[in-house]
Amino acid sequence: MEKILSIIFIYILVENFVLQRFFGICPFLGVSRKTETAMGMSMAVIFVMTLATLVTWLLYTYILVPFRLEYMQIVTFILVIAGLVQFVEIVMRKISPVLYQGLGIFLPLITTNCAVLAVALLAVRQEFTFIESIFFAIAASIGFSLALVIMAGIRERLEMAKVPQALEGTAITLITAGILSLAFLGFKGMLTL
Amino acid sequence: MLMTYAILTLGILGLFFGLLLAVTARVFTVQSDPQVDAVREVLPGANCGACGYAGCVNFAGAVVQGKAKTNGCIPGGEETARAVAEVLGQKFEEAVQPVATVFCIGDVTRAADRYIYDGVKECAAANSIYGGFKACRYGCLGLGDCVRACIFDAIKMGKHGLPVVDSEKCTGCGLCAEACPRDIIKMLPKGEQGHLVLCSSHDRGKAVSSVCSVGCIACKACIKACPRDAIVMEDNLAVIDQEKCDDCGECVLKCKPGTIHKRSAIPTADEAFAAAGAAEEKKETA
Repeated sequence: MEKILSIIFIYILVENFVLQRFFGICPFLGVSRKTETAMGMSMAVIFVMTLATLVTWLLYTYILVPFRLEYMQIVTFILVIAGLVQFVEIVMRKISPVLYQGLGIFLPLITTNCAVLAVALLAVRQEFTFIESIFFAIAASIGFSLALVIMAGIRERLEMAKVPQALEGTAITLITAGILSLAFLGFKGMLTL
Repeated sequence: MLMTYAILTLGILGLFFGLLLAVTARVFTVQSDPQVDAVREVLPGANCGACGYAGCVNFAGAVVQGKAKTNGCIPGGEETARAVAEVLGQKFEEAVQPVATVFCIGDVTRAADRYIYDGVKECAAANSIYGGFKACRYGCLGLGDCVRACIFDAIKMGKHGLPVVDSEKCTGCGLCAEACPRDIIKMLPKGEQGHLVLCSSHDRGKAVSSVCSVGCIACKACIKACPRDAIVMEDNLAVIDQEKCDDCGECVLKCKPGTIHKRSAIPTADEAFAAAGAAEEKKETA
């Protein structure tokens, strides 16, 4: 129980996937223009990361390890995650059109995202148990969402701010991301596993 | 041996997911109405939202269900309306195409500013700071929110800081009218007929004349001059009923500030575009 709590704390704040580990920078910069879309993306990431970790953990423990195929984890994980997300998308479209409207556009975007693969790979590398892996995935994705939503909020304000001409657009966004990352550095070393 | 396992595992996994996707795609197909797809095909696909629906697909759905009219697609105009009606086997209804019209001629040479604005170059932002930098609180701020809103490239900023509509390119979608924080742009039926009072100010006469040389001062001279009683005063602003107006031009002669213009005499887009182009060239060479 203690370990699960510390996993949650560590991967939301201390080892934030975007701001400390630098995974998933692409969607972090790409869909953080509006808080609304950032929320949609966040929900999709939480969903996909948890599901992907759950399945890949089972695959790793019950298929790859017994056959001593650990070296194939990246290939198989990519295959499984891509197939799974596609499957969920098709099913969701039929069963819950409302949910599909909300998440649908974002699902294909994160299928091949490095953050998703990283969670799956780290979960087995850290030798987490099944339950721990799930909480690890949830925490990591919440950390991702946190960074995304904070960034979207800042960028919405930046729209109205007076930015020196040379720094307009992507430049100021990258600087903002850097400062945000520095801010999260304050959590460094607060807790370790 | 190890290699066989690797090949088998990956092969079986691939096969499993391939089959799974194939089966689910078959089992969970979402039946989309072929009629909706057919209607969607003939729409422009700009997803501008002028029809009142979120996008072209939603509009197509509404048309098929009978909730929207076949001529509801404003940017598509007559051509699209005809095509949609044909797809659905309905009778074609003439669509009246609107065109954006700017109801302000108080450009930088004619209307005064209250203070120097040095903020974000957006009308919406400028308008929110003490009611805008322009002395007239109804007049065009000229920072081009409408120009940026137009997805058809039909509005350009003219020489003296007023937007000019290219009526050829304008599809009447109304995005510019929505973007204007001061509601200066109105959508009118396309055409050259009629006269317009090119002012949006509801201030009293004296307040208008002190800040703008071409604003409507509500003197009612035009009302008296009009032989067809087509002009009424609405909250200190003369409004011409286009149905009644017969283009006699009496009001233009009587209008002291020169606010009333014949519709066909509104500065055409070409002139303003040429001016803007020349200015840009000048800037580039400099």
